[in-house]
Amino acid sequence: MKVLVAVKRVIDANVKVRVKADGTGVETQNVKMSMNPFCEIATEEAVRLKEAGKATEIVAVSLGNAQCAETIRTALAMGADRGIHVQTDVELQPLAVAKLLKAVVDKEQPGLVILGKQAIDDDANQTGQMLSALLGWPQATYASKLVINDNGTANVTREVDGGLETVEVKTPFVMTTDLRLNEPRYASLPNIMKAKKKPIDALTPEQLGVDPAPRLKTLKVTEPPKRQAGIKVGSVAELVDKLKNEAKVI
Amino acid sequence: MPAYKAPLREIRFVLNELLEAEKLPELVPDFADATGDTVEAILEEAGKFCEEVLQPLNHPGDEEGCHFDNGTVTTPKGFREAYATFIEGGWTSLPCDPAYGGQGLPKLINFAVEEMICSANLSFGMYPGLSNGNYNAIHAHGSDEQKALYLPKLVDGSWTGTMCLTEPHCGTDLGLCKTRAEANPDGSYRLYGTKIFISAGEHDFTENIIHLVLARLPDAPAGIRGISLFVCPKFIPDADGKPGTRNPVVCGSIEKKMGIKASSTCVMNFDGAQAWLVGKPHKGMSAMFTMMNTARLAVGMQGLGIAEAAYQGAVTYARDRLQMRALTGAKFPEKPADPIIVHPDVRRMLLTMRSITEGCRALAYWIGYHLDLSQHHPDIEKRQESDDLVALMTPIVKAFLTDHGFHAANLGVQVYGGHGYIREWGMEQLVRDARITQIYEGTNGIQALDLVGRKLPTGTGRLARRFFHPVADYIEQTSEKPEMAEYVLPLAKAFAKLQQATAWIAQAGLANPNEAGAAATDYQRLFALTALGFMWCRMVEIALARKDDDRDGFYAAKVQSARFYMARILPETNSLFTILMAGSDSLMAMPAESF
Ligand SMILES: Cc1cc2nc3c(=O)[nH]c(=O)nc-3n(C[C@H](O)[C@H](O)[C@H](O)COP(=O)(O)OP(=O)(O)OC[C@H]3O[C@@H](n4cnc5c(N)ncnc54)[C@H](O)[C@@H]3O)c2cc1C
Repeated sequence: MKVLVAVKRVIDANVKVRVKADGTGVETQNVKMSMNPFCEIATEEAVRLKEAGKATEIVAVSLGNAQCAETIRTALAMGADRGIHVQTDVELQPLAVAKLLKAVVDKEQPGLVILGKQAIDDDANQTGQMLSALLGWPQATYASKLVINDNGTANVTREVDGGLETVEVKTPFVMTTDLRLNEPRYASLPNIMKAKKKPIDALTPEQLGVDPAPRLKTLKVTEPPKRQAGIKVGSVAELVDKLKNEAKVI
Repeated sequence: MPAYKAPLREIRFVLNELLEAEKLPELVPDFADATGDTVEAILEEAGKFCEEVLQPLNHPGDEEGCHFDNGTVTTPKGFREAYATFIEGGWTSLPCDPAYGGQGLPKLINFAVEEMICSANLSFGMYPGLSNGNYNAIHAHGSDEQKALYLPKLVDGSWTGTMCLTEPHCGTDLGLCKTRAEANPDGSYRLYGTKIFISAGEHDFTENIIHLVLARLPDAPAGIRGISLFVCPKFIPDADGKPGTRNPVVCGSIEKKMGIKASSTCVMNFDGAQAWLVGKPHKGMSAMFTMMNTARLAVGMQGLGIAEAAYQGAVTYARDRLQMRALTGAKFPEKPADPIIVHPDVRRMLLTMRSITEGCRALAYWIGYHLDLSQHHPDIEKRQESDDLVALMTPIVKAFLTDHGFHAANLGVQVYGGHGYIREWGMEQLVRDARITQIYEGTNGIQALDLVGRKLPTGTGRLARRFFHPVADYIEQTSEKPEMAEYVLPLAKAFAKLQQATAWIAQAGLANPNEAGAAATDYQRLFALTALGFMWCRMVEIALARKDDDRDGFYAAKVQSARFYMARILPETNSLFTILMAGSDSLMAMPAESF
């Protein structure tokens, strides 16, 4: 089974994000970028499937500007076999990404597409669901455990409010990862070296017949309000009193 | 202690902007794979590993230390697993020969990785560090059989290595070495004797440990010319190369010590342990010396790593800690007091740490770059030139970077005030860990003697010219540029002092060796400060040229650090010059009994 993994380049989780002075977005110049952590989990899961003999080939796909190739290299260094880079400088929104991924899936015919449940930059949590709808494939979102069965189905444990839910899906399907699915490995030095030699195909939205133009307009981006200074309470009793009578939360 | 962050922007600046290391693959075919994007990926991943795996173990490792029980050593909790992850990642193979499973990457890149490891956890770094020294010695002097047997295991890290030189009565003066080797009929030897202070001599990381041991053959001439090198595995490899019979080389105890507590420092008893000669009989010391350059430079990187960690800790604290008001009036009136970073004396400490640390990084990486050229440049003349420069600068890098590591750690404690002295904050550990780097791999005093007594006279000053000529040329070319005057003039002054001191030592030392011995340490520091001045000039030139594209203020900070270095650090060369030119009289006159 071929596995396709979508990987997104985002501002590194450790960077303190700054809003651009003109309020049009956040500052990305000279800012450390990394693979979206949920996409790392997606890549790791694919590599584990391959190590377990369940996957035959892993294709890492990223969409966006020239530097996204670095993010694909990271996936290759973790163990993906080859990359596809859909190059565009247009601001990509979830629907455009889902359409572009659908076009790639049509070409590649994987048995499984793994995505992060969301990207830590826009927190949209939409792409996987949209992709599954566009493909007409089953979806298993927020996965915390994946078991591929021999009869063309898979069991996916999902993290839902109040507990875990296990669903059975038919392959091919779309899965999105939650935090507890696995702990991504450190790329090994030999694999970093090998990643250099693995192929990355470059495509454009035009070649895929997709118009990626944004459908949503960003009106304004602002910093969240600064936190107000706190106060010190003298005793537990005072704290309980304040929670009860001032904050009215208990 | 605030979290250490791998200083990748700084490392990149030195690698790519100062040294233009991206061009190495074109210059040196052996490094075809070391392209910019690959190096970037390597540094990022290594940085992540150091931040996330090694650093969290540093403080607990210091608190717990190593445990000894009847010949076995247990490392602190988590170290064994971290080492397993480390070798799974293939990090031990980075600079090693592809013929034995190495990645064949430049030593320069390994320097950067070593710096990060030592910032995060110096104790941990000792284990792969010693193995790499052992690997280098066997690679250079071992027989084909020995190489085939040991190198792949040292490269993949499944076995570690040691360097067994020191004995109770001999550290600096290895000519006094008493461990003896007796011949077996099959051509191997039996070793008898005791080695002390052996780092990584025993531990729980790997299934086997390969000791390289200095010992005397029965017919050995007395002194340093009678020492041979032997390889002595803890478990003798069987026909399949798997660890077989337990060899009688046993850890007698481990030392309780000031710092690097998670690194085992072992007494090793050789009770007829089977061993094999490496290289030629009685040539053990010269075999040792071929790997010594790399090992000494690696210890320099330990100093750099500690200095960087101390600086990062100090800056974070200086921004947070509120005490007193700025002398010129409150800078943060809304707060109960100003952060201590406003105070001139705190800034003096921070900038001293910063400007010397960045200068040290530039110097060490520059020498690392030439170390690679000295071994891999296709042109033999270029190899020789680089080799000369590396030989000259090795004692300077080892001694100056480790002196600075200790000094910076100490300043780090001072910035924290009383909290620096309290274990929980982690700053005092840096002082304790740094202290050994000034002692082992040849004390810093011995480095100075190496510089003055061995390196300067070589080829009637040939080595020295590899540094003096480029600096003289640089000063001449750059003094024309008005924007560089602030930097080049102080460099030219310090350089003139260095030249004068060099000539004086050559002359006075010839007439009276005590003159050279008395001047050596101050001279070494004068040399190092001047070399850093040269590096700062080159760095500031780049920063000035790029200051218009400087969103994050990186280049502006470089310029400010350069100004501080030139104005407030480099002038120390004046007093060093005065001191060393005062000669040895006042130092040698007092009879030993009067002390
Ligand atoms: C934690 C730790 C780890 C170590 N790891 C190893 C290891 O893995 N393998 C190993 O073989 N050794 C190791 N050592 C030993 C270390 O290399 C020696 O301690 C060091 O070389 C100094 O030797 P010494 O202690 O005998 O000091 P000495 O040689 O007795 O020196 C004492 C002092 O005299 C000075 N001195 C000596 N001779 C001269 C001279 N000619 N001119 C001027 N000054 C001189 C020295 O600079 C020093 O200040 C380790 C030591 C420690 C503490």
